Amino acid sequence: MKKNVFLSALAAAAVTATGALADGHGGATLAAVKDRGSLKCGISTGLVGFASQDANDEWEGFDVAVCRAVAAAVLGDPTAVEFRPVTNKERFEVLNSGDIDMLSRNTTWTFSRDVDLKLEFVGVNYYDGQGFMVPKELGVSSAKDLDGAPVCIQSGTTTELNLADFFRTNNISYQPVSITTASEAQQAYLAGRCAVYTTDASGLAATRASFENPEDHVVLPEIISKEPLGPLVRHGDSEWGDVVRWSLNTLIAAEELGITSANVGELSAAPTENPEINRLLGTEGNLGEMLGLPADFGAAIIQADGNYGEIFEKYIGENTPIGLSRGLNAQWTDGGLLYAPPFR
Amino acid sequence: MSLIEDRPDSGFTLSKLFNDSRYRGYTFQVIAGIAIIALIAVLIMNATANLERLGKDISFGFLEQPAGYDIYPKLIPYTSQSTHLHAAFVGVMNTLLVAFLGCIAATFFGVVAGVLRLSNNWLLAKLMAVYVEVFRNVPVLLWILLIMQIVAISFANPLDFKGDEPAETLLWGMFAFTTLGIYTPAPVWNPGSGIVVGVFIASIIAMVFYAKYRRKVLFDTGRMLPGWPVMLALFFVPAILAHFVMGQPVGVDYPQMGFFKFEGGALIGGPLIALWLALSLYTGAFIAENVRAGILAISKGQTEAAAALGLRSNRIMSLVVLPQALRVIIPPVISQFLNLTKNSSLAAFIGYQEITGTLMGVTLNQTGRSFEAVLLGMLIYLTISLLISFGGNMYNSSVKLKER
Ligand SMILES: N[C@@H](CCC(=O)N[C@@H](CS)C(=O)NCC(=O)O)C(=O)O
Repeated sequence: MKKNVFLSALAAAAVTATGALADGHGGATLAAVKDRGSLKCGISTGLVGFASQDANDEWEGFDVAVCRAVAAAVLGDPTAVEFRPVTNKERFEVLNSGDIDMLSRNTTWTFSRDVDLKLEFVGVNYYDGQGFMVPKELGVSSAKDLDGAPVCIQSGTTTELNLADFFRTNNISYQPVSITTASEAQQAYLAGRCAVYTTDASGLAATRASFENPEDHVVLPEIISKEPLGPLVRHGDSEWGDVVRWSLNTLIAAEELGITSANVGELSAAPTENPEINRLLGTEGNLGEMLGLPADFGAAIIQADGNYGEIFEKYIGENTPIGLSRGLNAQWTDGGLLYAPPFR
Repeated sequence: MSLIEDRPDSGFTLSKLFNDSRYRGYTFQVIAGIAIIALIAVLIMNATANLERLGKDISFGFLEQPAGYDIYPKLIPYTSQSTHLHAAFVGVMNTLLVAFLGCIAATFFGVVAGVLRLSNNWLLAKLMAVYVEVFRNVPVLLWILLIMQIVAISFANPLDFKGDEPAETLLWGMFAFTTLGIYTPAPVWNPGSGIVVGVFIASIIAMVFYAKYRRKVLFDTGRMLPGWPVMLALFFVPAILAHFVMGQPVGVDYPQMGFFKFEGGALIGGPLIALWLALSLYTGAFIAENVRAGILAISKGQTEAAAALGLRSNRIMSLVVLPQALRVIIPPVISQFLNLTKNSSLAAFIGYQEITGTLMGVTLNQTGRSFEAVLLGMLIYLTISLLISFGGNMYNSSVKLKER
């Protein structure tokens, strides 16, 4: 009897194990999202302006807006998102294991992540670089003066690698204080466990904005790395990668073409003079169909939260406490790096 | 007797494999063995197939690549240019450090609490009972986080020690309690220190011999030579004498506030303190129970007999009860040491960079080699555990009942 139980358990285990094998996700993510009726989107564990919860526990922010855009494109409903906060350390594991459909959380596009970790970056939603923040009272004015400082870094990031390189090439030393999340880093920095906090400059601005006395802290002038941050998906499902890529491009192109949340209703009601606007909003051509999405997916994206520029101003722009200027993240027509490929 | 021999041998049939008690045991063992191997094979095949689907292979080549990140604390030389394998070693050393310190402290807490819990002093006994129950019944991770929080809240910001009129000053000019950790004076080994250390080691050896000699005199003549005074003198006097004779080569380096943090002295990092204290208090509570059980296992008759011989109560404990109790206490304590060592992996939650933080944390994350890193990590924990068991069992057999 006992043996029988054991053997059947064994058989069951074998079946489920092989079952898991058969259930691959090549090309299937879009169908899975449609079936489920919601998008599983990995975001950061909390960084004001990029991903944070409002008074009603709703996630909002610059990175969250990308998730909402994809949900609007695929499901026509920007609220049909299951948010999954993930730490820097676990984000790629969670994505690769299939727990989430996409990741949108201050993640730098690098060679080894793209190639070796088998991830597919679909574009850049914020061009950033790594900076340093120190208490003003120290009177430090350059990162080269940080010799011997204890530095808070989040583990599992490009930050910790850049930091090691920067100090080594400048022949100065530091004491790494390793931290898991942005909120812990903030607490450790304020308690003096580290005299310096380093991360992406946008993250520094967001962290500083949430301090009680932001003016007591300065962000040093040096930017020691390139950090192109963007949304990403797993390797092996290019169709899904296309959906996320062109949702992001829609946000960017809409700004260039002057489509805003205010005029999108009017512009998508009937074909306009501009054929690219028409194709993007689905009043001409069949771009939606090519992606496996409704024809008006572009209109749905802009209706959700506006175009790239609107999202930027709403969550992290100059009129928010975070106060980031467009800088590199202006449209190419304004001297920035944002350049969406043509919708045709 | 002859009944069995006379039974006609009907030869071997297949059904005997199941019906004959001589073979049945083997049959089922073989079946179970095959089943287990099959299960493992299925799991491995599934894992490799899944990795393949992701376009990943299994390879340990990443261990030879430069790690690229820095580690603190490090007991062996390491830079960000060292390999991932090297980073793993730094992590192993940090695991061993906290396990070693933790086992010592846990044994101390455990023995004290276990013995005092049986004391006739009502208050002491109850206090120890409270300690044991409080620590045993709350997950150790919560203790680690709590102590880390206490360090963060109650210790001072190191920058407060700066300036002409600092908000904080060193305790006795020697100790600084900061959120970064505790700074203490550190010894400086100037030339000639080797001799002082040599003398110190020699006096430790002398202490062992003196203890043996004292015992022999006691057994041979019944005369009791002085114990503690001689031991203490042996411990301190020769080394201190050597230090002065050699012209005071062993110096002290006091912590001094630098620009960002203290320079000089030694830093015992906050995460290490939190992890070490939490693990040893928690494990100490379990060891206390093992100690109490061991003592209670010795029959009261032993105590009474010893008392009848005129032994005082602390002698009864150290000469009669404890040596016998040790046989009961040691095996479960070994497994407590193993628990402590494995629980040290919770360090990842507070940023103490041991093997889970380096190999199975940053390395895993930066290289994406999760399968390999975890496999290697398991192997490392297994090795450490086996070594601890081995050492413990050796000690156990040295104290166990010698049968003559
Ligand atoms: N861009 C870097 C660093 C990412 C990072 O550390 N981001 C921080 C802020 S800029 C963050 O996401 N914090 C929120 C959290 O820890 O959940 C990377 O991709 O490795």
